[in-house]
Amino acid sequence: MRRSSSLRNQVYGWLLLTPAAILLIAFTHYPAVATLAKSFYSTGTVTRPSKFVGLDNYRFMLEDQVFWKVLENNIWYAAGTIPVSIAIALLMAVWVNGKLPLRGLIRMSYFTPTILPMIAVANIWLFFFTPQIGLLDQVGALFGFPSHNWLGDTDTVLACIIVITIWKEAGFFMIFYLAALQTLPPELEEAAKLEGASRWAFFRRVTFPLLMPTTLFVLINAVINSFKLVDHLFILTKGGPDNASSLLLYYIYENAFSFFDQNYASTLTVVLLLALAIIAIGQFVILDKRIHYR
Amino acid sequence: MFGRIRRYLAGVTLGLTLAFSTVQSALAVELTMYYPVAVGGPLTKIVDGLVDDFMKANPDIKVKAIYAGNYNDARIKALAALNSGQPAQLSVMFSIDIYELIEQDAIVAFDDIVETPEDKAWLDSFYPALMGNGRTGGKTWGIPFQRSTIVMYYNKDAFRDAGLDPEKAPATWDELVSMGKKLVKKSGDNVDRWAVMIPSTGYPYWMFGALAMQNDQVLMNGDGNETYFDAPATVEALQFWRDLGAKHKVMPDGTIEWGTLRKNFLEGKTAIMWHSTGNLTAVKKNAKFDFGVAMLPANKRRGTPTGGGNFYIFKKTTPEERKAAMKLIRFLTEPKRTAEWSIKTGYIGTRPDAYETEALKKYVVEFPPAAVARDQLEFATPELSTYQTGRVRKLLDDAIQATLTGAKPAKDSLGSAQSQASRLLKRYQ
Repeated sequence: MRRSSSLRNQVYGWLLLTPAAILLIAFTHYPAVATLAKSFYSTGTVTRPSKFVGLDNYRFMLEDQVFWKVLENNIWYAAGTIPVSIAIALLMAVWVNGKLPLRGLIRMSYFTPTILPMIAVANIWLFFFTPQIGLLDQVGALFGFPSHNWLGDTDTVLACIIVITIWKEAGFFMIFYLAALQTLPPELEEAAKLEGASRWAFFRRVTFPLLMPTTLFVLINAVINSFKLVDHLFILTKGGPDNASSLLLYYIYENAFSFFDQNYASTLTVVLLLALAIIAIGQFVILDKRIHYR
Repeated sequence: MFGRIRRYLAGVTLGLTLAFSTVQSALAVELTMYYPVAVGGPLTKIVDGLVDDFMKANPDIKVKAIYAGNYNDARIKALAALNSGQPAQLSVMFSIDIYELIEQDAIVAFDDIVETPEDKAWLDSFYPALMGNGRTGGKTWGIPFQRSTIVMYYNKDAFRDAGLDPEKAPATWDELVSMGKKLVKKSGDNVDRWAVMIPSTGYPYWMFGALAMQNDQVLMNGDGNETYFDAPATVEALQFWRDLGAKHKVMPDGTIEWGTLRKNFLEGKTAIMWHSTGNLTAVKKNAKFDFGVAMLPANKRRGTPTGGGNFYIFKKTTPEERKAAMKLIRFLTEPKRTAEWSIKTGYIGTRPDAYETEALKKYVVEFPPAAVARDQLEFATPELSTYQTGRVRKLLDDAIQATLTGAKPAKDSLGSAQSQASRLLKRYQ
């Protein structure tokens, strides 16, 4: 009797899980496994069917100069966007958390870039960066700087992309910090004032450590974004000049849809997923120990 | 006995059903057509209008024309629809997709569909230059529809300002440089107006196709399995492009953005721009100065690649559908409609007799720049298109940009592009 009721419970439980499980398997797990499987096959055409090639695609990748170039770009892109956007987000959050005139308006204006679609953002910034007629050059001209071809120069193009991403993301991360700051009890600040702690000491010793769980969350988001945010490349540079601004995901897109080489694109995707998984695990393992959860 | 009758009746019924269904399918053929839009303007409305006209004239054929984004999107969508078993019988796609589509066994040659001698003659009624990207292996796979070339837009006011004859655009590379030096306007060290801008993002290989042709060099063979990226004339052409910025200082250094170039020209920041004829209507509407349109200059000869989209018919189609698709394509490419299409969009009239129609004759007289693209067709060459075309094109794009940004000399960058392209194309030879 008891057995049959527990069996029924189990069936009941599985039935409840089924809809979500079907969706997860169909749209998350199956594609991931299929991607992995595809990376071991050659890309087929009607005249040349796909066949098992083992690690050939991976070997090709190691010899692919463009792959190394976009990987290097991606690391610079991550290194450029993550710390700066987090720092700016924190700064903005602390500022708009205080008592300010027009606080609502300032908060909103910081958050606006987040609401805009990346494609629209890219179109706006495209005209900021345009030589001569762009905002940047026109402001520069007031101070006597010569015109610069921002997006047409391999030395500056990636920096331009980084600036846009920071501008777009900082406001988003600010919201999380702002929410976290508002949960901090005001007694802490009052106690610190009584003890005569400076504002900087209070921030460094109290606020920042208490914000660490938020920082971890933001950090993981920032890392993932630095690998998955490529919409602006379609408008701004198409990865050029000479791959100077191309990122890993954009290169995957090019392979899959411009070159129709879905199997090589799968290979690159597997590498991207592995890299992200390793980074995420590392963050949890290393940072978790240093985080103070209340 | 009864069994036999029953069988007999069943046979009759089956026969009748079959006959009926063929009658029905002959009555109503449904066609699905994807088409891309790559330039600004209300093009979808124009296409819808043309398709409606066709359905009025042919009540037995129903056409669903589906706008499918830019050229790349259109190809992806059409191929995805075919793979998933959704019917699409014909499509307008990038003219340079031809080898990709042949390799995927997705399209059927028009030679295998045409029946009457008149149909066959129709295949030859277009400008030969526009057929270059539609023919390979002795067969016709694509029929030109929305086609363009590169032309030179120039600011006549800037020419007057520089003391040049505004009716005489540079006709050779040397003139481009010598007139260019006069056209550059500086205040101190800052350049207020450049002489010329040739866009080098988005479609660098396309612009480069023009420069190479002007140096009497094509970029690939007619079978799409060989490229000539490291030929001496190709290297010379890229060197000239680089020199315009680095040596002669008539063009900004680095790459020039395709998307913002029109604005640069309209703001008077460059006296000359090279751009698609597809921009003609937009420039005409927005230019606040007197502008002219001229053929691209020549070095050893004049030259420009063609560009744009062709009609293709898919292989997974019934004979009736193919017939109906042919009817639609022939309808849309009639001289009268080609003329109408050309006037409304700025695309080239794809056949000589379109320019014989009253409407287009009148338009060309009123607005002479419209004729420049047509006159230049005589010197046109196919756009870069090979097997593995996406990869090969990117190799050339990267090489061009590497040289224009000063990272690599033309000989090195093109040499490495050529060796990688040959490796990709070896198995198609």
